[in-house]
Amino acid sequence: MFNIRCPWCGDRPEIEFSYGGDASRSRPDAPETLSDDAWHDYVFIRDNPAGPHAEYWQHTGGCRQWLRALRNTTTHEILATAAPGEPLPLSGERK
Amino acid sequence: MTRYSIFSLARNALSHHEGWPEAWRSPDPKPSYDVIIIGGGGHGLATAYYLAKEHGITNVAVLEKGWLGGGNTGRNTTIVRSNYELEPNAHFYEHSMKLWEGLTRDLNFNIMFSQRGVINLAHSDPQVDAYMRRGNAMRLNGIDAEFLDREHVQAKVPILDCSTDARFPIMGGLLQPRGGTARHDAVAWGYARGADGHGIDIIQNCEVTGISIEDGRVTGVATTRGPITAKKVGMAVAGHSGHVAAMAGLRLPIESHVLQALVTEPVKPILDTVVTFGAGHLYVSQSDKGELVMGGDIDGYNTYTQRGNLPIIEHVVATAVTFFPIFSRLRVMRTWGGTVDMSMDGSPFICKTPVDGLYLNGGWCYGGFKATPASGWVFAHTIAQDQPHSLNQAFTLDRFALGHTIDEKGMGPVPKAH
Repeated sequence: MFNIRCPWCGDRPEIEFSYGGDASRSRPDAPETLSDDAWHDYVFIRDNPAGPHAEYWQHTGGCRQWLRALRNTTTHEILATAAPGEPLPLSGERK
Repeated sequence: MTRYSIFSLARNALSHHEGWPEAWRSPDPKPSYDVIIIGGGGHGLATAYYLAKEHGITNVAVLEKGWLGGGNTGRNTTIVRSNYELEPNAHFYEHSMKLWEGLTRDLNFNIMFSQRGVINLAHSDPQVDAYMRRGNAMRLNGIDAEFLDREHVQAKVPILDCSTDARFPIMGGLLQPRGGTARHDAVAWGYARGADGHGIDIIQNCEVTGISIEDGRVTGVATTRGPITAKKVGMAVAGHSGHVAAMAGLRLPIESHVLQALVTEPVKPILDTVVTFGAGHLYVSQSDKGELVMGGDIDGYNTYTQRGNLPIIEHVVATAVTFFPIFSRLRVMRTWGGTVDMSMDGSPFICKTPVDGLYLNGGWCYGGFKATPASGWVFAHTIAQDQPHSLNQAFTLDRFALGHTIDEKGMGPVPKAH
């Protein structure tokens, strides 16, 4: 079992959270002009990295807020968490 | 290759069983092959075997980074079934079932295939309807299926709590009588021995570190034991499909997850069939050694670790005790995990890729073991003929773009839900 640091509730056990999948993707801005290939890549294709992975979790058994986490998929270590709209530390992204 | 028989057994008994030859060689890699298979699990070894047996292609190497069958082939719960509803799955898995039925004889290796039946329990009226519908679809496709009412389920599995005041009362179950279990290690070993007997090189401790491509065509692989050239390369690496395919510049509709299983201490025979539950997720059978073998859902988040966490084990055990109160005092002997490649619709890929001469066998979710014979059989055909067999022509990478997903559970592109 690993703990996830909820931005609102602090370190809480994994079982209080639901997984929301890959958070490195963002919904295309102009869907009406998007090509079929670009839609396909957004909906179905994943980087699936072995290492740091940006992902969504929801604190379903707690405050019910969504958050983003950076977790190492080869060790289960949670490297960072952030509230929506906040930059995710260590992920190299800017927001 | 020494044929195993009552005579070879007797002959070797005279020499105190010290003269048995090794089941397969451990050759050094040659600089070049016609076909390289990446991954020495059941699927890769079966592919090599059928390349030789069905297509006469024997200048083949199987490259395995660890030891044979050390991945998901040795980590599953050994269940074999073909109780699928959708056409592509039904025909493919039924072909697999037919190969299973002749496999011990074909390989001259006892894979201990036991057609003890697989029962899927239903706990609600909609679930009863869904299983009847699936059973009818199976029968229309020539696959055996019987719906059992609660009394028949109870008669077949006396230790099951079929009382009406159970937490999730059992209303019936869909039985596939020809389903069952097989000895998973023996499947890898039998195919390895069979492939080796045709002159195929099985090379362990040889990790592929790169895939060479020139002008859109594969030319070989880089390995920890040096570069090897090949006209064709097949990938059969289960949970690592994503990052092996990335060596060829491909991104796949796959996420890697961990699926756990566990066994209890061995007890006398109490369960002579495979039972799966529809309320919560649990499947259970009893091994020949007497251990109860159980599994459930994947942990549900991306991981390559081959180890999961306790909440899923707790869920599996709690479900098992709910339905089999007799299990409550058993001790769990060990748990383990395997990295599974979850596809976006729960169905596999056995297909060509955008790179000429490079073929993909993956996306098995947690249904790979039962598919082993047919997977190898059609993958060998796809590689040898450079086109899919009719049994795997639906299992392509472009099916999502074309709208031809094969989503048995109707879950959509959410890998953790399949």
